[in-house]
Amino acid sequence: MTQKKKVVVAMSGGVDSSVTAALLKEQGYDVFGVTMKLSNWESKEGRTFGGCCGSKDFYDARSVAQTLGIPHYSFDYVDKFKGSVIGYFKDSYMKGETPNPCIACNQNVKFDFLLEQAVALGADYLATGHYARIGQAADRYELKKAVDLSKDQSYVLYGLGQKELSRVLFPLGDLTKTEVRELARKYNLRTADKPDSYEICFVPNEDYRQFISEEVPDAERPSGPIRHVDGRILGKHKGLPFYTIGQREGLGLSVGHPLYVTALETSTNTLVVGGKTDVLSPAVVVRQVTWVSGQAPAFPLSADVKIRSRHVGAPARLNDDPLGVRAIFESAQSAVTPGQFAVFYEGDSVIGGGIIDHGF
Amino acid sequence: MKKYIYLDHNATTKPRPEVVEAMLPHLRGHYGNASSIYQLGQEERKAIDIAREQLAKLIGVKNPDEIVFTGGGSESINWAIKGVAFANRDKGRHIVTTKIEHSAVMKSCQYLESMGWHVTYVGVDVYGRVNPAHIREAITKETVLVSIMHANNEIGTIEQVEEIGKVCREKGVYLHVDALQTVGKIPVSVDALDCNLLSIGAHKFYGPKGVGALYIRPGTRIHPLTHGGSHERNRRAGTENVAGIAGLGTAAEIALKEMKHDEKHVRHLRDKLEKGILQHIECVRLNGDPDHRMFNTSNISIEAVEGEGLIIGLDMQGICVSSGSACSSGQTEPSHVLRAIGVPIELAKGSIRFSLGRENTEEEIDKVLDVLPKVVERLRGLSPLWGDYKKGLRKSVITGKAA
Repeated sequence: MTQKKKVVVAMSGGVDSSVTAALLKEQGYDVFGVTMKLSNWESKEGRTFGGCCGSKDFYDARSVAQTLGIPHYSFDYVDKFKGSVIGYFKDSYMKGETPNPCIACNQNVKFDFLLEQAVALGADYLATGHYARIGQAADRYELKKAVDLSKDQSYVLYGLGQKELSRVLFPLGDLTKTEVRELARKYNLRTADKPDSYEICFVPNEDYRQFISEEVPDAERPSGPIRHVDGRILGKHKGLPFYTIGQREGLGLSVGHPLYVTALETSTNTLVVGGKTDVLSPAVVVRQVTWVSGQAPAFPLSADVKIRSRHVGAPARLNDDPLGVRAIFESAQSAVTPGQFAVFYEGDSVIGGGIIDHGF
Repeated sequence: MKKYIYLDHNATTKPRPEVVEAMLPHLRGHYGNASSIYQLGQEERKAIDIAREQLAKLIGVKNPDEIVFTGGGSESINWAIKGVAFANRDKGRHIVTTKIEHSAVMKSCQYLESMGWHVTYVGVDVYGRVNPAHIREAITKETVLVSIMHANNEIGTIEQVEEIGKVCREKGVYLHVDALQTVGKIPVSVDALDCNLLSIGAHKFYGPKGVGALYIRPGTRIHPLTHGGSHERNRRAGTENVAGIAGLGTAAEIALKEMKHDEKHVRHLRDKLEKGILQHIECVRLNGDPDHRMFNTSNISIEAVEGEGLIIGLDMQGICVSSGSACSSGQTEPSHVLRAIGVPIELAKGSIRFSLGRENTEEEIDKVLDVLPKVVERLRGLSPLWGDYKKGLRKSVITGKAA
């Protein structure tokens, strides 16, 4: 008798991970649901936590597990999440960068600690409700875009290497969101019509500025000058963490034409602004680069580079750089933002990515 | 129905088939209210009276009326402690208990503290045993009640309740015994223990959940906890849970007959399990009193492993065990019992409790002894502490030696 393969499904309480669990159960896996506890929500009265942090989501996940007849556990990752995601989030803003906490969570919690723990507990696989596909070439695994490009999440998964991909399942990669919702209704899951969540789960009311002002003391984010790229001082900013590159609104300036944030100069605590063309960068330098195959490819190399989660991707030439990789775009890109992630695609395959150090 | 290897009998047990059979009529045709005058009610009254006699025999009570049925062990405990405290508040407002009690005792005492009572929590030795002399020292003129558990739910240590009973009698203080873990498993006699009150829960000895009892020695001053109708001779208001009570009675009757036989079988399996674990897994230690311990319980600290992970890893293989007591799972606080016997926090968090029962088999224990070392090894693979130990950078907390 062959034993059924065991799979741990990370269940956030949303429709995607609910359907993931349902599909795997139907495919004959021995399915175990796990909800990561990322925050002590009980102690945060009066605050609405969205995403996987909220207790309502926990109960939704448990209810779905009950409907499917699978076990469901809660893993306490509060400390882990606080350090490697919330801490990173604050640090990134304090460095004058713009973080992507979902990628940090994927790389440092979900596909690191949770995956390791699932395997240690005896699981063969970890599955999530991400929209992406895992392909198998002759000698290696490939990470590919989802069939539903409007939902594709391969960008936030670029950090997965061969070891992770061999242990991970993304059953939704071949489905559209509409199909997923239909399946949820078919399986009678209470999350079928739950709205999608886009916000950062630990930031209340989608207001990261309020979060920073509550979490970081005033003295650590002092006011400073706003300087036009042409050298003129135009006013005072409220503290660099409150701005992000490409931002146009909320500058409190009026010079007759639209102004955009072009740089956060931490060394002088200066916010640099300019016109639309000043936000364009012909190239980007990417640090802490990882490759899905585990090995750097031969340079130079043509690839599409996606510089934030909702960027469509821009054709570029990739080259070696002392910091990691340098990508020169075919046409200059707007708002190349340090701290955000640049992900390299060959066709619909993710080949690697890293953190944007700077555009130039 | 999935097949489990169930090793968590201190949390609850599977009702015996005879228990279920005894309950069913009262969930079907026999639905009368036992307080009613007509025959449909009288039939239920009869079922309750029979159950009371069955339980009385089990705990050595001559007059069954000294037993009151409740909604379970926690209710019995709450009632014993608060009921005595309220009824004797003019005599004094001091209670003596221990540091290893069940949370029903702990929380009842804490509640009374918030209302102005004083509570002394007597410590225990490294095996979890309370020294009766320490109870004696803790009793003051203000003391109205001593509450102690007969056997501990987490580590199985059996307390010297007879000795403590003598102390209480001598000092003129009431004694409440939380006997949830012993009634139905080992012989319990309210006279031998010399107690005024004794709490019982049916589901710990193959009876149904949601029903228990409180033994109250005549003359004990106690207020009711629930007020209402004149049920249970005005001591506990609320229409009787006849099905549950009938189940409890049947469980008590069978326990009396089969206790000895069950003990022999279970003790053998428990010893085999324990021996196997101590042999096959390094850096583990046994918690509790090796000489005075419930025959079914084995509490083991496993270094460099989180108890929670271990439970899930075993559950994924169909094996049910617990860490600490079930009432405190879901929180990662180390057990207050293990802390009270001096287990360091990091070991307390990596402790699991096996509690065996009558339906366990040799094959099941063999399976656990096959699976457990593998799960422990994989989980230790995640632990930096274990990595350091294996590299010789750190000594074992348990053995005090390097690898």
